Amino acid sequence: MSDSEDTVTDAGFDDWLDAAEDGTADYLECPDGHTALPPRRVCPDCGATDLEELALPDTGEIRTFTVTHVPTPAFEEDAPYATAVVDFGPVSLTGQVVGIDVDDVETGLEVELEIATSETTGERVIGLRPA
Amino acid sequence: MSDVRVAGTGLTPFGNSPERTSRDLFAEASIAAFEDSGVPREDVEGVFYGNFMGELSEHQGHQGPLMAEAAGVQAPATRYESACASSGTAVREAVTRIRNGENDVLLVGGAERMTNLGTAGATEALAIAADDLWEVRAGVTFPGAYALMARAYFDEFGGEHEDLAHIAVKNHANALSNEKAQYQSAIEVSDALEAPPVSEPLGLYDACPISDGASALVLTSESYAAEHDLEAPVAITGTGQGGDRMALHDREYLARSPAAREAGAEAYADAGVSAGDVDLAEVHDCFTIAEVLALEALDLEPIGEGITAARDGRTTADGETPINLSGGLKAKGHPVGATGASQIAEVTDLLAGEHPNSDHVADATTGVAHNAGGTVASATVHVLEVME
Ligand SMILES: [Zn+2]
Repeated sequence: MSDSEDTVTDAGFDDWLDAAEDGTADYLECPDGHTALPPRRVCPDCGATDLEELALPDTGEIRTFTVTHVPTPAFEEDAPYATAVVDFGPVSLTGQVVGIDVDDVETGLEVELEIATSETTGERVIGLRPA
Repeated sequence: MSDVRVAGTGLTPFGNSPERTSRDLFAEASIAAFEDSGVPREDVEGVFYGNFMGELSEHQGHQGPLMAEAAGVQAPATRYESACASSGTAVREAVTRIRNGENDVLLVGGAERMTNLGTAGATEALAIAADDLWEVRAGVTFPGAYALMARAYFDEFGGEHEDLAHIAVKNHANALSNEKAQYQSAIEVSDALEAPPVSEPLGLYDACPISDGASALVLTSESYAAEHDLEAPVAITGTGQGGDRMALHDREYLARSPAAREAGAEAYADAGVSAGDVDLAEVHDCFTIAEVLALEALDLEPIGEGITAARDGRTTADGETPINLSGGLKAKGHPVGATGASQIAEVTDLLAGEHPNSDHVADATTGVAHNAGGTVASATVHVLEVME
């Protein structure tokens, strides 16, 4: 939880954030078309193990969102902030909506991935910027 | 399969006692349960104990033997952790063990110490029920996750914050006569609507409080209850459990709880009852919207209609099917690990005519307890019936 050189990363997840920063975020799909986010060896829906890495679509659509006023200590300086569940084509993820006033966030808003930084901890956060 | 008698129930007051250890809380609840049951401690063959955040709040793991010791029981003991469904899961495991004939007497319950963490600390601790990598690190809190579900519900089925406020008003009213409840104070719809936002659209009065407390049950086989002439008229006649994807964003429906539906269907079938037979229920209203989702998952309300149940009086104390006559998590309090077993205690006492609110359900014979973990990636449902 710090920026020091000896920080142990979460394999799969931090790699995904790195990829997202490079614009190459992916998701996993099994032969039956079930989708999931890494790190994952097995399809959670059917148990298939031959998962294919596919490029995450460039834009997604907000399915639901909330504006949080009472955060955990890790987001104390960030509140109030908007968190949204977003559909990127066949896969969904949760992130913080950035680059827009929290009062203007709405369901159906089109967003793109942008790895942001917590104002409280300096840690990377999955961000969603209006496209 | 044989039914499982609820021979004794015990609860501490739920509320604000930051200095009290969970071992002390559980000891108090267990003393009450043993006194209520008339079962001697030496007959207990195992302890099934629920707790969620003991490592974070008390720096204490391995709580099973600690709690057996606190209760004065010499028997193997195991802690169950399924977030807010921890002791619901413990109850289910104990029920299964007794039905299988492996045990005749088990001590079941749970405890949680939370208020010593403060609001920020407890918010952080509760958040670990969500996916740490993909939800918590994006800033999802426990209220935040239910707020995401609440907005999704409004978008799909309609309804508004005022409908949710009626649920808070109802549950506060129910808790007025419950001396163990954290809040014994009436509120108005306007109080809920004017309260500060926690995670929009949910405000302070949509959320259960942060609570300390413990619950305990003495469960026995039918044969043990008969042999020892126990006064235990209420039995657990059905048990069910359901599961779902951990992260909310991985669910097909954001405003439904399939895990609770699965648990409910299993418990109803197990007991040989249907939703129409249910006279009362204690459901997991960690947030007001959660009561709506629970009613619909249990088929006590059609999908998309649970939002109006409290407002229109169907679930109030004198409604068709009173929900959360204890005050629910909202007003009774939610010491996480204690909640599931406390719901069994409340339903038992309501059905046995020993609850301050029993007068509202004088002819009731069938009750349901619904306990949920996280955003309902875990759920247990139990059916309780009056046997004699
Ligand atoms: Zn699959």
